[in-house]
Amino acid sequence: MISSNLPALQVVVPLIAAPVCVLLRRGTLTWLLAWLASWSAAAISIVLLIRVLDQGTISYALGGWLAPWGIEYRVDAVNAFVLVLVSLVGAVIVPYARTSIGAEIRSEQHYLFWTAYLLCLAGLLGVTITGDAFNVFVFLEVSSLATYILIAFGNDRRALVASYQYLIMGTIGATFIVIGVGLLYLMTGTLNLADIAQRISEMPVDRPLLAALAFLTVGISLKLALFPLHLWLPNAYAYAPSVSTAFLAATATKVAVYLLLRFTFTVFGKSHVFDDLPYGEILLALSIAAMFVASLVAIFQEDVKRMFAYSSVAQIGYITLGIGLANTSGLTGSIVHLFNHAVAKGAIFLLLGCVALRIGQPALSQMAGLAKRMPLTAAGLVVAGLSLIGVPGTVGFVSKWYLVMGALEKGWWWLAALVLLSSLLAVVYVWRVVEICYFREPSKDLATANEAPLSMLIPAWVFVIACVYFGLDATVTSETAATAAKTLLESLR
Amino acid sequence: MNIADPQLALAIPAVGAVLIALCGRWPDVRETVTLATAIALLVVVASLAQLVFAGERPSVTLFSMLPGLSIALTVEPLGMLFGLIASGLWIVNSIYSIGYMRGNNEKNQTRFYVFFAIALACAMGIAFAGNLLTLLLFYEALTIATYPLVAHKGDPNTVRSARVYIGILLTTSIGLLIPAIVWTYIVAGTTDFVAGGILEGNLQGPAVGLLLGLYVFGAGKAAVMPVHRWLPAAMVAPTPVSALLHAVAVVKAGVFTIVKVIVYTFGVDFLFTQPSSSWLVYVAAFTIIAASIVALRQTNLKRLLAYSTIAQLSYVVMATAILKPLSEIGAAIHMVSHAFGKITLFFAVGAIYTASKKTEITQLRGIGRRMPWTMTAFTIGALSMIGVPPTAGFVSKWYILAGSFQADNYVALFTIIASTVLNAAYFLPIVFWAWFSEDTSEPDKQHGEAPVAIIIALTITAALTIAFFFFNGPALELESQLVGRQK
Repeated sequence: MISSNLPALQVVVPLIAAPVCVLLRRGTLTWLLAWLASWSAAAISIVLLIRVLDQGTISYALGGWLAPWGIEYRVDAVNAFVLVLVSLVGAVIVPYARTSIGAEIRSEQHYLFWTAYLLCLAGLLGVTITGDAFNVFVFLEVSSLATYILIAFGNDRRALVASYQYLIMGTIGATFIVIGVGLLYLMTGTLNLADIAQRISEMPVDRPLLAALAFLTVGISLKLALFPLHLWLPNAYAYAPSVSTAFLAATATKVAVYLLLRFTFTVFGKSHVFDDLPYGEILLALSIAAMFVASLVAIFQEDVKRMFAYSSVAQIGYITLGIGLANTSGLTGSIVHLFNHAVAKGAIFLLLGCVALRIGQPALSQMAGLAKRMPLTAAGLVVAGLSLIGVPGTVGFVSKWYLVMGALEKGWWWLAALVLLSSLLAVVYVWRVVEICYFREPSKDLATANEAPLSMLIPAWVFVIACVYFGLDATVTSETAATAAKTLLESLR
Repeated sequence: MNIADPQLALAIPAVGAVLIALCGRWPDVRETVTLATAIALLVVVASLAQLVFAGERPSVTLFSMLPGLSIALTVEPLGMLFGLIASGLWIVNSIYSIGYMRGNNEKNQTRFYVFFAIALACAMGIAFAGNLLTLLLFYEALTIATYPLVAHKGDPNTVRSARVYIGILLTTSIGLLIPAIVWTYIVAGTTDFVAGGILEGNLQGPAVGLLLGLYVFGAGKAAVMPVHRWLPAAMVAPTPVSALLHAVAVVKAGVFTIVKVIVYTFGVDFLFTQPSSSWLVYVAAFTIIAASIVALRQTNLKRLLAYSTIAQLSYVVMATAILKPLSEIGAAIHMVSHAFGKITLFFAVGAIYTASKKTEITQLRGIGRRMPWTMTAFTIGALSMIGVPPTAGFVSKWYILAGSFQADNYVALFTIIASTVLNAAYFLPIVFWAWFSEDTSEPDKQHGEAPVAIIIALTITAALTIAFFFFNGPALELESQLVGRQK
């Protein structure tokens, strides 16, 4: 009974837990509930992934209403992978969050934080699992609204402005998506993604179809912060509470990338819409711009969190680059980088949260001598930083390996060179941090600081160790990603 | 328990690093652990050597990194030789480190010994790598692990030099070595090291020369010009680091990579048929001559040695690029003979610094009478660099020359002769001043010999430099296996 309803439970568990938090209103109790809900969600997603890899796609009719009429939840290798990613990150962050939000958020608001957190988790999982276009929009809004709250919790007043900025941009994005979905519905008379895909494959390429593709692409690109639609991201990441930043950086943009994959491949893949459209080329150009411009901007940031926020924009460039390549290796690189970047950035933002716990949000100069006062935090930052560069033995290398292979298989030398050149920019901004942490005397802010508590260090180091473990033994992640990539490419014409 | 296991060669220094970190509070225990680790490592490597001599190729697959690509270790003659030098000299170098680090009251000594052990683990990984991916993994790890050693002092000047070090090494390996390996994987479908190479029939024409270029400059640790600048920059490190890492382990990892790729990825015979690969001899020859000329103009002892190292590394590259059996043997043997000679020279320079704080060539007048042991060792090292018998340098030069004759390669012949003259021109004056010139140092700065640990270490390496002239049979026998299977 429970086992057959797992796809529904995946979303329902956190979705129900969220309002219960409001009823409980007690910080500790809500934390325990969030813990329970997020760990169950993680367990469910792992079971689903194993089942999908074993038996193939799972189709689940919500409420027993079959597909064209009811909402279908459809789990294949692609979204099972993303579900695991999102829910695992959510699960690891919860134990960490208690101490961190204790320092950064007023205690009477803690239950609200957990409510927003669970809603956001439910929304992201919902977007990922559903096979229904309108349902995508609904869950996207659930997660987005929760995200605005999570950002606005930041105790810097600029967090409100950042949240507002994201609200405007996010709403434009969501509107575009709903327009795109509306156009598709108008043309096909169905909201089921599989049915839409099947029907538009037989249609001629006309203006509504192009418009639908354009609205959806731009709308989703806003949410995933594709250059130059990334302007909301640096501020949002910089001023949100540490926990929110880590959670959003590791999950929210990844789910948006998943949507892009789903629409460009599964939905539009069989139609003729790409025939005369330089879609891949545009995506490649924007990705390359993201990799270089955002990395360059990152080099000149003083605020460490902002610096790594720009680094996220650059890393998203690698992900979309693989989508633009649209061959097995490139797409595998892109999908595996969803996971790889999530653990690396998750580690970095959690560790920065440890620093923030001691001295508040750090400027780069305030991190001087961090290695003397907080050796584990500093060491973790180095490892995760190496992963951003893509040094062999870390997860970043695995992604770059596939991306370079994807580029070379197409014979695009220059593209492989650009991917690797941009990694060198990461060396520059990562090494700024390394030098300051290790070869300066402790700053006066850090003079009396000591290492962060274990409740924060352990979750952060789970990500750090994941950076190395999945960098050395990448068979599981890359095989899953390769399966997902093949699933997506099968739906191309 | 079978100790002839390549995994142990990696595990011992790695575990040693952990133990050293734990014993950080008790310097005597810590240094005992370092020495014990070094000795244990040599025992394992030596027992591996017995197997390799018998013609075996101990091999183990550790785990699968990417689908179809695993991290694997295979011991073969070339890596065996590299492993033997690095692990053997680590013992001597540890004795030396104890004298040097204590004698100069260096800070953060525990960190120093920990990263030294990690660097050795990485060097073993490079030596015994069974495929290109494994080699790359440990190659990069070695770069990262040696960074704290180069930046050891931590003052702004040192940090800036260390930035050049890591910058050039990461740029070359990420920008050139990784695409080279991916390319190899795409055309050959494997990255394994196979006798005779894996590229024959898979790659043709100018692409071969291009791929070779990616490898040669991608292995930035080999310091082939123009990617050599990190080596003089690395001289800011404490002298034991310069001695073992930047004369033996790290730089040899670079040339080792090049030789290994030419022998086991391209295949010597295949590369010989490819005219597009002939540029390598010229680039290496240019590096030898140019670095020697730059060395002539140096006044700082360690920088002089650094440029000398750049030239000597390109000997190995040039020898292997001649692509003849005798020159391949010469390339391998030169890794040994240069290691013995150059580590002796660095030991001597560090001894001079520890005893007198002198770092410049001009300060060395008459120092031979104050530090006879040190300067005797220095003289032996210098003679070996020039290639005068009875020193190790003569043996390898002999084979490289023989290989050049085999190939009728007059560029290589001329380069060797010219560089021998240049080597003599920058080493012999120092030796002359040290022994025969008046002592001009001020009477209040009197000093004698360096600490006894340092003297022991440099005596051992100087003795090895001479001994290798007489007892090089085993090494030659080992390396003739390298070319034996290819006619």
